[in-house]
Amino acid sequence: MKIKDFLMHSSLSHDDFTPLAEGYFGEENLDTEEVGYWKASWRRLKRNKIAMVALFLIIILFLFAFVGPMLSPYTYDQQIRGHEAMFPCVQHPFGTDRLGRDLMVRCMIGTRISMIVGMVSAVIVMIIGSIYGAISGLIGGRVDIIMMRVVDIIYSVPEILMIVVIKMVIGDSIEKLATNVKMFVGLQKIGTGLIAIFIVYGLLYWVGMARIVRGQILQLKSFEYVTAAKALGCSRARLIKQHLLPNCVGQLVATVMLQIPSAIFTEAFLSYLGIGVSAPMASLGSLTSEALNGFSSYPYRVIFPALLISLIILSFNLFGDGLRDALDPKMKK
Amino acid sequence: METLKYMVKRVFLALLSLFAIVTITFFLMNLMPGDPFMSEKATAETRAMLIAKYGLDKPVIVQYGRYLSNLLKGDFGTSYVLQKGRAVREIITESFAVSMQIGVRALISAVIVGITLGCISGLYKDRPVDSVIRVLSSIGISTPGYVIAFSLMIVLSVKMKLLPVTYDKGLGAIMPVITLALYSTCYLIRLTRASILEVLNQDYLRTVRAKGMSEFTVIFVHALKNSLIPVITYLGPLTASILTGGFVAESVFNVPGLGRYFVTSISSRDYTMIMGVTIFYSSMIVIMNLVCDILYKAVDPRITLD
Repeated sequence: MKIKDFLMHSSLSHDDFTPLAEGYFGEENLDTEEVGYWKASWRRLKRNKIAMVALFLIIILFLFAFVGPMLSPYTYDQQIRGHEAMFPCVQHPFGTDRLGRDLMVRCMIGTRISMIVGMVSAVIVMIIGSIYGAISGLIGGRVDIIMMRVVDIIYSVPEILMIVVIKMVIGDSIEKLATNVKMFVGLQKIGTGLIAIFIVYGLLYWVGMARIVRGQILQLKSFEYVTAAKALGCSRARLIKQHLLPNCVGQLVATVMLQIPSAIFTEAFLSYLGIGVSAPMASLGSLTSEALNGFSSYPYRVIFPALLISLIILSFNLFGDGLRDALDPKMKK
Repeated sequence: METLKYMVKRVFLALLSLFAIVTITFFLMNLMPGDPFMSEKATAETRAMLIAKYGLDKPVIVQYGRYLSNLLKGDFGTSYVLQKGRAVREIITESFAVSMQIGVRALISAVIVGITLGCISGLYKDRPVDSVIRVLSSIGISTPGYVIAFSLMIVLSVKMKLLPVTYDKGLGAIMPVITLALYSTCYLIRLTRASILEVLNQDYLRTVRAKGMSEFTVIFVHALKNSLIPVITYLGPLTASILTGGFVAESVFNVPGLGRYFVTSISSRDYTMIMGVTIFYSSMIVIMNLVCDILYKAVDPRITLD
């Protein structure tokens, strides 16, 4: 009753409460739809043509690597009699190698291995680097100085030399572990070389990420919401997990994306030295470096895997660049 | 005064880093299975004798102490396997001189070509020249070094017979230099381009234009100087990586430089050589970073030390 009385006495009529007709405000855009961080980033990313082409390429390469081998009539270690050293033809679009193995399947498996190496390493780097960087940045003071000196030291290690040494040290013990201990027999299937590469990444390559995260945390630390969280009795671990890391996720994702090509590059280089994956497994690096000996007579054996490496690295680089711009619009001036 | 204090601190830290690297490498190296004399066709007796002669039968910590005290006297020891009996320091100086020959040329060409093309690309943004340079540099950055080396070799010396296949001091140096310089050149192009684009947007350039300066002055006097600052920070790591990273170029083109000892010393367990090369390379990286930081401060007074 009271509301009705009120309406009676006020100048408002019932019509005032009906929705406005569409286009009432004319051309003026009154879009009030709420756009979240990820949706906004995706919109920015979609506008970047180069990044979208790169994303498309990455999807194609994924299908090539993970679905391709299932569709192929051959397996990567199958030696087909009478098909040795064939040039590319209808049966074998990439040709075959000296032992009669179909190079297209081997390239598919190689792409798969290279992509796995790239992504797993990137994840390892992200986890270690972000936790280390966050702790160092948040605690600050003497702890920060010491932790950053450790980073500096690892930074000035000649990395390739270290990789080779560490790989020789741990590659051997992993081999022993895989053959002797029942629980780890599965490791042998993945290849001890690959695991060694992951460990090396875990030991050496997280430092760049740690520096970036620390820088971000130092900036975020001075924001009011962090002070508020602290005042409400938030523990340090929770502060890092709930408040700080989610706020540098844009930088994190972009850096991780750019880490993938660098890992693939390193794997290719290690294969060139002959300490990458073990035969008959194939990575793009090992395929290229194995084929280098007969380069002048069988150029196709080098060209296909080398092209694939370049394509993977190129598309991840371009996509990573686009992603960085999209996720962190403040960075783009 | 502040600069001096900063420098002393940095030098001290650099020495600390080097010490840590020496220690880590020494113990890691001894964890590797096998010993320097495993490939030798000798009886177990002679092998044991050799091991005892070099003191490799003692506990690792004792060996470490002895190595450090020798190191402080400037003694890097003698090579066990690769060039048996020769002083490591002699081997390093001799082979590094060769590495320098291609390294310095690669460095100079990378800097000149990289910065020039980067500037052109940035100043002519979105024009055909820019697109061509960007595509080429993206390809250069995504191709592994050994693929580039072999492609050059097949095209230029096997098919076209323009250049000799192996290294010499004249024409034979061209391909190793290109191999070594390509990645850094492409990286520099991208870096310079990005930095130029950033500077071109800044207000002070509008002021310069408003004052009626010619476009030439705007770009060459005012824009370029500031846009090269980020490039300078990259020059330190670049120099270190070009001078130490010649492994691929040297092994493909048979250059008798330090790069070839890089991996062979590890696989043959030539302990003193591993240590020597590691110390040499790490000091180079540490020194380059130091020089670069100080240079950075000298070029851009806005930067506060530490």
